[in-house]
Amino acid sequence: MRHVFAVRIGPVGFRVGSDWRAPVAALEHLYRDYPKPDDDIPDFSVRLFAARFWRRFVRPSVMIGGDYYLPDAAPLPLRLGLLAAEMGMNLQMALAQRRYLLLHASAVERDGRALVMTGMSGAGKSTLAALLMTRGWRLMGDEFALVDPATGLVHGFPRLISLKNQAIGVMEAACPDGRFGPLQPDTPKGDIRHLVPHARAIQAMRDPAKPALILFPGFGHAADERPVLPGEAFVRLTQASTNFVAMGETGFDVLTSLVKNTPARAIDYPDTETALAMVERLWSEIV
Amino acid sequence: MGVVRYRAAAPDTMRLEPLDTMTAIYHRASGRTHLVASPVPEILTALEQGDATVQQLLDRLAAQYDLADGEAGALTARLAELEEAGLVERA
Repeated sequence: MRHVFAVRIGPVGFRVGSDWRAPVAALEHLYRDYPKPDDDIPDFSVRLFAARFWRRFVRPSVMIGGDYYLPDAAPLPLRLGLLAAEMGMNLQMALAQRRYLLLHASAVERDGRALVMTGMSGAGKSTLAALLMTRGWRLMGDEFALVDPATGLVHGFPRLISLKNQAIGVMEAACPDGRFGPLQPDTPKGDIRHLVPHARAIQAMRDPAKPALILFPGFGHAADERPVLPGEAFVRLTQASTNFVAMGETGFDVLTSLVKNTPARAIDYPDTETALAMVERLWSEIV
Repeated sequence: MGVVRYRAAAPDTMRLEPLDTMTAIYHRASGRTHLVASPVPEILTALEQGDATVQQLLDRLAAQYDLADGEAGALTARLAELEEAGLVERA
């Protein structure tokens, strides 16, 4: 392809090829502190290409392809090229990751132990992880947590933090010195702005952590907390995993072990300050 | 047609992991995961003693658990579900 970008995020190497310069330039800028794939060999490839040759130039629209792709995916306008690249990378992970059990979850680390947060879209797992990053925790990832079947440890995937709608203002206030990508308005998910994780999150992204607490946050309710038993945690995490079925018995082993050995709580919260206080209290009580 | 006898799927075709009141079962033959509650794990354990009719299975379960009247119908229904899932078959 005309323009190529390569990066390693956590343990996973990517190569992004693009018909246009702009998405690759944005990736190079925002991922400038990240390493390249091990031995320059990516695990996954993403292609951003024009549906028809002339659509490179006339109302350019970006098709997302790669090793794995969704045949019915609609193209995005070129102004959302960075988003297309991020979606393409996420898609490879969601469809093809087999080395690790992949949980659609955010994760942060303290003292070598990981807090894993998962829930419905809009539950705030991404925003909570980003805010915890500004308060002394190491961000392991805002979208995916990778559980190693061999060790049971959680590996991070600290890609760019994808802030949506209200979370953009929250993080601009919490992280005034942060490196933000361009505001991408009117995407299929509303407004999106990317935030580069702290340098520490990037430097330590190869360091796994022992899972110590699983949280199922729910935003918009009065503050509440309840234990989640292993059976319920198991069901919720199978739903949060894109590759549990594909992993077969290995996935079964790693997930049953995770829920039996890791305490889990569901928390409801009316605002992020309340949630952060609940997280700190639970962490000090349980871990 | 004689009385139906049931047998559990071969032990090496499934994995049972008790979680709390729920038990996760991985069925190797189908690659499917089932999350079940009592009395399913007890039924599978009781069938490990050998093939059994519904009445023989009730007797085995009654020796270990308090059973109420009318359990035969419920047990037959559970066995039908387990048969559908491939965890139990007709002997």
